[in-house]
Amino acid sequence: MDAFIAQVLSGLVTGGIYASVALALVMIYQATHLVNFAQGELAMFCTYLAWTMLDAGFPYWAAFAATIALAFVCGVVIERVVIRPIGESSVLAVVVVFIGLLVIFNSLAGWIFTYTVKPFPSPFPAEPLFGNHYVSSHGIGAIGVTLVVLALLYAFFRFTSLGLAMRAAAQNPVSARLVGIRVGWTRALGWGLAAAVGSIAGMMVAPTVYLDPNMMAGILLYAFAAALVGGIDNPWGAVAGGFLVGVLENLLGAYVIGTELKLTVALVLIVGVLVIRPSGLFGRVTVKRV
Amino acid sequence: MSALLEAGQLEAWYGATQVLHGVSFSMAPGSIATLLGANGAGKTTTLRALCGMVRTRGAVRLDGQSIAAMATEDIVRLGVAHVPDGRGTFLDLTTEENLRLGGYARGNRRELAGDIERMYGYFPRLKERRAQQAGTLSGGEQQMLAIARALMLRPRLLLLDEPSFGLAPLLVAAIFDILRTINAREKVGILLVEQNAALALELADQVFLLETGRIVIAGAAATMRDNDAVRRSYLGY
Amino acid sequence: MAALPTDSATARRNQWLGLALVVLLAAVLPFFLSNYRVFQLTLVLAYAIVLLGLNMLTGYNGQISLGHGAFYAIGAYTAAILMDKFGVPYWLTLPAAAAVCLVAGFLFGLPALRLEGLYLALATFALGVALPQLLKYKHFEHWTGGVQGIVIIKPDAPFGLPVNADQWLYLFTLGVAALMFILGVNLLRGRIGRALVAIRDQPIAAEAMGVDISLYKALTFGVSAMYTGVGGALGAIAVQFVAPDSFTIFLSIAFLVGIVVGGLASVSGAIYGALFIQFVPNIADQISKAAPWAIYGVFLIACMFLMPGGIAQVVGGAWQRLRRKPGKSV
Repeated sequence: MDAFIAQVLSGLVTGGIYASVALALVMIYQATHLVNFAQGELAMFCTYLAWTMLDAGFPYWAAFAATIALAFVCGVVIERVVIRPIGESSVLAVVVVFIGLLVIFNSLAGWIFTYTVKPFPSPFPAEPLFGNHYVSSHGIGAIGVTLVVLALLYAFFRFTSLGLAMRAAAQNPVSARLVGIRVGWTRALGWGLAAAVGSIAGMMVAPTVYLDPNMMAGILLYAFAAALVGGIDNPWGAVAGGFLVGVLENLLGAYVIGTELKLTVALVLIVGVLVIRPSGLFGRVTVKRV
Repeated sequence: MSALLEAGQLEAWYGATQVLHGVSFSMAPGSIATLLGANGAGKTTTLRALCGMVRTRGAVRLDGQSIAAMATEDIVRLGVAHVPDGRGTFLDLTTEENLRLGGYARGNRRELAGDIERMYGYFPRLKERRAQQAGTLSGGEQQMLAIARALMLRPRLLLLDEPSFGLAPLLVAAIFDILRTINAREKVGILLVEQNAALALELADQVFLLETGRIVIAGAAATMRDNDAVRRSYLGY
Repeated sequence: MAALPTDSATARRNQWLGLALVVLLAAVLPFFLSNYRVFQLTLVLAYAIVLLGLNMLTGYNGQISLGHGAFYAIGAYTAAILMDKFGVPYWLTLPAAAAVCLVAGFLFGLPALRLEGLYLALATFALGVALPQLLKYKHFEHWTGGVQGIVIIKPDAPFGLPVNADQWLYLFTLGVAALMFILGVNLLRGRIGRALVAIRDQPIAAEAMGVDISLYKALTFGVSAMYTGVGGALGAIAVQFVAPDSFTIFLSIAFLVGIVVGGLASVSGAIYGALFIQFVPNIADQISKAAPWAIYGVFLIACMFLMPGGIAQVVGGAWQRLRRKPGKSV
């Protein structure tokens, strides 16, 4: 029983990471109806930026804040420079551009920072909190950070008029222009926010998986699974899906199939959800008009 | 005194297809004008062209200021509110959020709450539905919401695309009454595109008759009611 | 395009003549190059087959696959296992790889039928990421050799032909590639090809005209995977080695680069793309280990902005201009 609880709890910890990346994916989906394949690599790259600052002697939380700001700028710039000119082209063109970004960030990180695996510090104490022996304090801290991010985003979208404008622009861009919303900028803002959320996920996951240019591939896959399980247009669903998938992954890994096939679990989840219930558990069913 | 709205040789395209072939007209401040014409004459396109939603060439001036090359959102910010064809409701947002968005471009948060209350005064039904998702509103309620959302901008000029579309006659009469009140009380100029020509002629001061992308007749509504061509084509008697 | 029938018949005959010439040239090439270059060109041919298959699916039919590396791996492993464990001759592994991949592709294509654009890309991306782990799985290790992979032996030329092993494998691959391309061209030029494009551009209209969309899509997936599998088998025989880490998601991405840079929905694009993904990384490698991928990424994005038809479009355009010049002087 003890082991079972430990598995569930550590599943929640990884689930928190999946949840943040899934949240970033959902935000871009909501703003643009696109799934950003480069989300993971962008997060990884930003984590390297944090590592650079920490290496240069910045205090952790200063580097943390600076990284989020840089990630935000990065997201905005990418949207302006690469995504916007593609516009309403075919899905293929958009996917190709995303894959191009993925490859560029991955190789850029390898080029600048080498492929050697680097340790990344945790801001949380090394000894477990509250004397528990299940979860490290980094794990608890990471979950806490995820929940804080979620709460902040919720408040932003729910209570600020900019958040309202972003929701409106995502839903109905034509009408949004007609009430004076600068839709181009709300999209860029969506990219910025998603990149910022992704960078937080990167900094939270790096202490556990260590920093290397390929650290996000598997995590991105699980985040896709989480976002799809939760419903790709639903931020709450994405977070719930993240925790769910994290726990599922850990339990399956521990008791059913072993840890070697974890990515296959993600594959089966993704294909399964897409085929059986494309709107996810909490998503809205959209009818395609002919 | 300069005209509220002035269009000069306005042309418009959808892709490579030209839809407007030189539309010229002008509206006095605080007046109500209506665009009449058959399906496909270019009424909706004229409204879209005025606020930069399609590719255009020609002059558009608002109170003497040229707005022809401006982006839609910037034209809106100058006080042109457009209730588009299909109403443009944000279906997943609540009624009140839709109204808040209507005032988004004004940026004045303090006036916003008061204005929302004022709209509830015009359209009490919206107040009952304030927390409801706009998509669940009836067609009439959505039309009221669309007009209220446009008025939240405190516009100088209100562009209305077929406000009577799909609504019961009683409801249409009520909405037109409110439009008249709003025009009188808030000094908003209204440019109306309407299928129901009889109703439109009753409300409007000026009439512009569009045929295949050109204005063929322009004149005061009172005289147009007696124009044989207009009567036969649009009023049906 | 809108040429008279007689013209198009002549044009077609010219095309076949041109093709025969290219094949002939390609056939004498190995006798003037080092063994290493010959080996590289063998890989180019294998990749060209893969890219033609992927182009059928993505370019012509509009189904985005980010996981074709998986089918390449299945083809490669089929060949390797058959040769290593069962002593099957190398040339017999090709039909086997083709059959296995046809079935695998068709089966993956069935659920994928319900997925559109972005979601299919997602599902195939997941396949591409997950596959290496499956190949390492300990219960398959007896067959797959686990992380170590399988080493296979390069075949010698048969009938005492006076060519070395590299040259022979190149010629063999060239023959297979020519066969696959002729089959592919016939498939794409005819009714089936038109149906594929119709499904890509106007799915609803295509369905209304009586095209069985589901069957076509799943079959396209199968045939595309089959081509990829044959390419994979040839690639494995050429490299003499298969291991899970050769078949990561980046292989799938390289194939995507190949069809985008070579030219989407273009047969010749497959060859340009194959040359690109074989030789550009080799050159770029000298700058940095990461450089090839950086270049891939830049090319992917640049192609979408600057030449959406890829190299095939550029070459085609240049060819047209060359041909028009003498026409003008007449």
